[in-house]
Parts: sequence; structure tokens; C-alpha cells
Amino acid sequence: MAEFINLALLAMLALTALRVIFLKDLFAVVMLFGIYSFLSALIFVNLDAVDVAFTEASVGAGISTVLMLGTLALTGRTEKENKHSSVLPLLVVTVTGAALIYATLDMPPFGHPDNPIHQHVAPRYIEESPKEVGLPNMVTSVLASYRGFDTLGETVVVFSAAIGVISLLGFRRREENDTPKSGLKEHHVLRVVAKIIIPLIILFALYVQFHGDFGPGGGFQAGVIAAAAFILYALVFGLPLAFAVISPKFLQVMASFGVLLYAGVGLYSMSQGGQFLDYNKLAADPVAGQHYGILIIELGVGITVFAVMLSIFYAFDSQVERSNVQ
Amino acid sequence: MNFINDYYNYWIVVFLMMTGFYIVISANNLVKKIVGLNIFQTSVFMLYISMGKISGGTAPIVAEGVTQYSNPLPHVLILTAIVVGVATTAVGLSLIVRIKRAYGTVEENEFENKDDAI
Repeated sequence: MAEFINLALLAMLALTALRVIFLKDLFAVVMLFGIYSFLSALIFVNLDAVDVAFTEASVGAGISTVLMLGTLALTGRTEKENKHSSVLPLLVVTVTGAALIYATLDMPPFGHPDNPIHQHVAPRYIEESPKEVGLPNMVTSVLASYRGFDTLGETVVVFSAAIGVISLLGFRRREENDTPKSGLKEHHVLRVVAKIIIPLIILFALYVQFHGDFGPGGGFQAGVIAAAAFILYALVFGLPLAFAVISPKFLQVMASFGVLLYAGVGLYSMSQGGQFLDYNKLAADPVAGQHYGILIIELGVGITVFAVMLSIFYAFDSQVERSNVQ
Repeated sequence: MNFINDYYNYWIVVFLMMTGFYIVISANNLVKKIVGLNIFQTSVFMLYISMGKISGGTAPIVAEGVTQYSNPLPHVLILTAIVVGVATTAVGLSLIVRIKRAYGTVEENEFENKDDAI
């Protein structure tokens, strides 16, 4: 049964991607991309990657779509007719594709337990991590503990992306009183529903943050979900009110605080005589130390991801509102 | 049927990768290029997760009575890659916004000869 679901979902994914090529209406392209992300999330669930599915659904279908729509509002929604011939690209793609298909025949067959990928470090993660780290969710153990250094790097990359976006776009200055109509305040149903749903989204984000050790979830997902709550607020009630709730300056402080919190745990464990990010030294009992370490660094990740996603949205939305004034 | 089942996931991955690649090299519109790049990226995610799957296994969260878990390592790599992916996509999109402001267009063939516009 699972194989048939896999077959059908992957075929739908391929068709969605194929349709993107021929569409000239970029609004439809972005919507199709949202569908594409949701389909990917379903496939990830079917392939046992529940944490990944969670992230894909909130990031790919949520934040990416909003950002792309914001860009379209500034750059126009139709693609112009392409005068170049598409023979050469098609040829390149066909040849490369054929070579890759030929190469897949050398891949280990899908789903077999004795494939090389399952022989190296994975058995240790699966057998030892519940004892060594003491968490049921192995993905969180590997993410935050075994590969904690890697995750610190990823958090820094996310942080630098925010710096890039802010320096390219910047936020709107606070001088104008001739603000255009901002938000969707005249839609009463939307306003009431948003008011009810925003606290629930934030509550859910907190649950995902702190329950990530035991079930699917963690700092990355929680940060994105919390940012989605504030993005919804900014969309419905307008950017000036959102700036009053969380100012861009505060977000910048938050984004750097998260990274520093993460790195600070590493430095603290060094001061206790361990290696960088060696959580065993954080408490007398190594397993308790792992718990503290993972809780704190996940919090750091959550804070940074939240602040970065919301800053990026603020930067794009400021541009859209500025172009509305002109 | 067995042969198809063994390699089907990889073929779809190659198809998606080539679709994304085609969009990147043939599309004129920069936003569409970014969508193509994202499709390419997702195909890599799909490849990693497909390799981590074990038939008959479950999600790598300890539960009673389960002996076979799928490989958690690709999940970790891809989870962070997705978040980094959206952050870098945002940088790409903001570059497009600046290009639009400087050149007045986001169609690649239209700003070929506008090098001295700014």
C-alpha cells in the first residue's frame, strides 16, 4: 500500500513540476510551487521523514510562497514571451538526464535494509542515542547533539542570509504619515478569524519547540511557525501595527541573541573542561547535561529562525508598501 | 514490478532535477528561474530521503515494539537544508527586487544592453 501511495504522489509531483515550465502567469507558478511543497511534505511523511515533512510544509509552502508573492507584487506577474529557441536547453537537459538515469542503475535498490548508507554511523545513532542522549526522537539527538557543530553553522548561515536581505532591501523609514491603506482591515471575517487563530499558532509553535525532543519538531520548525503567526498579523492588520508589536530593531537583537546563545553553550562546556558543545559537562549526570544542552541550543535556533524569517518578511513587505505610495 | 519499485524514486528525482535545470537555463524571467532552482533543490532533498528509507521501517522516534527504524541522518541533513534553502531564496529574491529597481525589468534579455543604466 505504501508503495502505491509513493508511486502516485511522486507522479503528481513530477506533473506539477512539468506544468511550471509552460505557465506564463507567475502567480499561478508560485501557487503551483506551494502545491509542489505540500506534495513533497506528504512524500516525506510516507518515507518516514516526519521532521523533514514538518519543515517542508511550514517553510516551503508557507514562507517561500509569501516571499515569492511579495516579489511578484514588485516585479509584475506575467512572464514575457521567450524569443530564444528552446532546442539547445532541451538537448542539454535530455543528455544530462539520460546520463543520470543510467547512473541510477548503479544505486543500491530503494528501501533495502543492507544498503551501504545504513551500515556506517546510522546503527550507532539508532541503537545508542536513546541511551547516550536520552531522547526518543533520534533526529533531534543527531541534529542537536552528535552534529551540533554542523547545526551551529546552519544557524549562522540563516543569520547571514537575514543580514544580506536587510542590507539589500532595508526597512521602511518611520517618517511618513501619508501611509497608504495597509493590511486588510476592512475584511471583518478575516480580522476576527485572524484574532482567534494567531494565539493558537503561537501556542502551537511553543509546543513544537519544547516537545521536539519527544516527537517531530524542534527549533527550526517552531521558529518558522511563530514567524507565520506574526506574518499573518502583519498581512491582516498592516505593517505599521506589526512594527509596533515587534520592531525590526528588536528582531535584529533577537536574531543575534539566538546565535550567541547557541555558541555560548559551546563556550560554557569548554569552560567546564569539555570540548566545544560537549553537553555531557553541563551537569553532573551526562544524560541530564545532554537534556539541558539540547533544550538551550534548540531555543537559540528557534529564536534566530523566528527573528530571521520575520525580518525577511518585514523587508519585503516594506518594499511593497513603498511602491504602493509611489 | 520489483525493478521499477527499486529505482522509481531515483528516476523521479532525476526527472525533477532536469525540470528544474531546464527552467533555470531556459526561462527569461528571474522569479521563474528561482522557482526552477527551488525545484532542483527539492529533488536533491527527495534523493537523500529516499536513500534513508527502509521498507517496513518507521519514523526514527523510539516506540515500543518497533525494531526497524529508517535512517535518521539524511533527515537531519535535509531538515536544516530546507531552512537554509528558504533563507538563501530570500536573498535571491531581494536581489531580483533590486534589479527591478535599477533596470526596470526582470526579464533577462531586456537588461543585456543596459549595463550603464545605473
